Amino acid sequence: MLDCERLLEEDFFEIAGRRFRSRLIIGSGKFRSFQENKEVLEASGAEIITVAVRRVNITDRSKENLLDYIDPNKYQILPNTAGCYTGEEAIKTAMLAREATGINWVKLEVIGDQKTLLPDMEETLKAARFLVKEGFVVLPYVFDDPVYAKKFEDAGCAAVMPLAAPIGSGLGMQNPYNLIFIKEAVSVPVIVDAGIGSAGDIPPVMELGVDGILTNTALAEAKDPIKMAVAMKHAVIAGRLSYLAGRMPKRTYAVPSSPLKGIPYKT
Amino acid sequence: MKVVVNGEELKLQEGATLEQLLKIMNIPVKPLGLAVAVNEEVIPKSKYSECKLKEGDKVEIVNIVGGG
Repeated sequence: MLDCERLLEEDFFEIAGRRFRSRLIIGSGKFRSFQENKEVLEASGAEIITVAVRRVNITDRSKENLLDYIDPNKYQILPNTAGCYTGEEAIKTAMLAREATGINWVKLEVIGDQKTLLPDMEETLKAARFLVKEGFVVLPYVFDDPVYAKKFEDAGCAAVMPLAAPIGSGLGMQNPYNLIFIKEAVSVPVIVDAGIGSAGDIPPVMELGVDGILTNTALAEAKDPIKMAVAMKHAVIAGRLSYLAGRMPKRTYAVPSSPLKGIPYKT
Repeated sequence: MKVVVNGEELKLQEGATLEQLLKIMNIPVKPLGLAVAVNEEVIPKSKYSECKLKEGDKVEIVNIVGGG
């Protein structure tokens, strides 16, 4: 049987020596409950899930622990530095994340502008260099800039995570050409992060040949996050298989798909 | 003495340790999910009992939450 599992049997990407078969990475923010988050994770087939570090709520200690719901032995936990506006803040947050999770992976995020949440690339790069030296597996959230992407690779980052559109915007991919250039520029995995609005936004991104997709808001804000997770699981597979299959050329004019010879009643 | 915990001032007994602070605050020390920094230095969980706090220390106590 030529099902997708068999066709993608040998298809995986690797970060820091760890192989991943699912090319969908999900976030854990804004879900209605940890239980819903867990169900979405299972439905999505994702093997990597991002988490955030926040101050303990001093007045409300009843809050449960997210890590009671998501088994770090089963899933790769990827702590982020969301909310950091300087490289220094991000470094300190990454250190706390490592202590809290026992995991030295970090989705490095240094924001440069509150309105667009676009990354401050200079600060991100500074922090990336430091954290790589500290032994972290660094996956930086970056602008879709191929020149900078190469700098992050040269700095020792384990992957680069360019945006498709601003965080939480759900606009879908805005600049496919830059993502193609990034994929050509670096040999580390390219994971397109931020801006996905629905499962339908995913195949066009995956068809570019990028290694994976990270999405959060599109799942959490879906009317039915579980259904969206299943749709996204298949959207990533569809896009990946379509990329591997290779698309036909685009033409300005029509080309008939039925034979031109032997058309009945034609003289 | 006064220390600052997650941005808020807190009165503590002189010479209190980090372990005692967490106990007062009813924060269980689990191997996963919790991290503490004192004056921006992360303290490993094994050192909580010997980490003595001083006047004006800034303590950050964090846990893991959902995020993208």
